Amino acid sequence: MGLQRQEVEKVAKLSRITLAPGEAEQLADQLSRVLDYIGKLNELKTDDVAPLSHALAVANVFRDDEPRESLPVETVLANAPSRTAAGFKVPRVLEGDED
Amino acid sequence: MTDRTVKMIVGLEVHVQLKTRTKLFCGCQTSFGDEPNSHCCPVCLGLPGVLPVMNREAYRLSVMAALALHCTVAPHTKWDRKHYYYPDLPKNYQISQYDLPLGSDGYLEIETEAGRKKIRILRAHLEEDAGKLLHAEHGDYSEVDLNRTGTPLLEIVSQPDLATVEEVRAYCMSLRQIVTYLGVSEANMQMGHMRFEPNINLHITENGEKHATPIVELKNLNSFRAVERGVAYEERRQLAEWDETHSRMKAGTKTTRGFNDSTGETFVQREKEEANDYRYFPEPDLVVVEPKPEWIDELQRGLPELPLEKKNRFVTAYGLSEYDAGVLTATIEMARYFERVAELSAAPKPAANWVTQGLTREINTRGLSIESAADFPVTAERLAELVKAVEQGTISKTIGDTVLSEMIDGKNSAAEIIAAKGLAQVSDTAALERMVDEALAANPGPVADYRAGKKQALGRLMGAIMKASGGKANPKVVSGILEQKLHQ
Ligand SMILES: [Zn+2]
Repeated sequence: MGLQRQEVEKVAKLSRITLAPGEAEQLADQLSRVLDYIGKLNELKTDDVAPLSHALAVANVFRDDEPRESLPVETVLANAPSRTAAGFKVPRVLEGDED
Repeated sequence: MTDRTVKMIVGLEVHVQLKTRTKLFCGCQTSFGDEPNSHCCPVCLGLPGVLPVMNREAYRLSVMAALALHCTVAPHTKWDRKHYYYPDLPKNYQISQYDLPLGSDGYLEIETEAGRKKIRILRAHLEEDAGKLLHAEHGDYSEVDLNRTGTPLLEIVSQPDLATVEEVRAYCMSLRQIVTYLGVSEANMQMGHMRFEPNINLHITENGEKHATPIVELKNLNSFRAVERGVAYEERRQLAEWDETHSRMKAGTKTTRGFNDSTGETFVQREKEEANDYRYFPEPDLVVVEPKPEWIDELQRGLPELPLEKKNRFVTAYGLSEYDAGVLTATIEMARYFERVAELSAAPKPAANWVTQGLTREINTRGLSIESAADFPVTAERLAELVKAVEQGTISKTIGDTVLSEMIDGKNSAAEIIAAKGLAQVSDTAALERMVDEALAANPGPVADYRAGKKQALGRLMGAIMKASGGKANPKVVSGILEQKLHQ
């Protein structure tokens, strides 16, 4: 399964990863081989196998709607690279930029 | 001028915040207006190595809403990661449901001037909310508050079955009514508990040829008024754009626009070309949910009577008009209040009139509401006593209005006010005969008119007697005596 450089660049962009020059070609080659390897699974006959959406054969794990203590604000903000008095500080986001 | 018809096509995505105490995947409290970032933990902060655990109540409320919307509840459902980068989304993905929503293929019946109409529901799924961005007035930065992160939302997606602004409005209001009847959401609009995203385009037939304009999605409208104005604006704008450019819909594409509340206009939102490439994949940290059929049946049986059913019953069981039944079922609190008054007074129709007219007028002038029951002065028990007093002829309707007004402002019951002020209606024949005699003696003009054949003079004599009695004379008894004496 040949992955093109453009596809790698697109995935990199979506993932906010900056690639060094030449890296896209290198990754296209490596990822193609990974995909080929995983692609072997397609050789299996799965017509009679129900689709699986989770590796664990467990269902219905819930918690009760009971409040638990949250972290102190200072702890919440402790790892923030940049902060204000009570919030995380991020570069200004323009109105209408939203997803 | 060409010969053409224009039809608007609208589908709606609505996010409803569920009424849970805690967030969807952690024990942090859901909150509004609290100190920023004071309801956060490693799970909702998206710190590495944490595990989300599904809130049972959020799932139960979602299934209740899905059932009330006549959806099929999936026997097997799962959650997926939807990836995008935005500062209010700490994990860089939102846990949502992609291909196996918990509810699908339902409908919501709306009422418009033109009658009832079924709007098909495509799907209903449970997902988490993002945080909030606060834009600093000065300085080149924004602040992130993650209190809202992880709050459970039910997203309800309709089919494009809405054709007018009126239908869109009816759909939004009806949805709000249903979720509040069910108690699955407080649906407080000021707190942003409901957010609407209409998808709009036009089908234009020109000289026998059909065209569709490009689909526009309006983002994040949070009031009924904004939805109405936004959709109405798009209808006009798309038609004008069609006239100018004749640009047509491209399959699978839509433009995103925002709505400016102060200008009433929509505007293009800058969009990254790959914005809709969310790279969904199954959430490995959550296991599947497979509700037992018996549990779904139990929820189905436990569903309360829904607004339209209630309205129908009010019309058939109590003989109310469609209009009154609509007013009395507008909110669940109003409906409960009315039914209690109807039951206690054993006079449903007069009870309906008292609630929709006298009571509504009095509480509106005082800025009170039946919905905020805690500080509402006239309990159903107290109003029922008044309705009974009027129905049994203890007091007249007019005196009833006075008593109601006093009941709202004071603490006394109808009986106490009637007794203390001597307001009980006079039906004692001897006393009324005396009043009639006095009135006849004091009003020779109208008496002569009446005897000369001017029957309307009777009204003036009645008025004089009622006035003299301070409104307490029983009008039925008085008019009998009056006519009898005039014909002597
Ligand atoms: Zn949390």
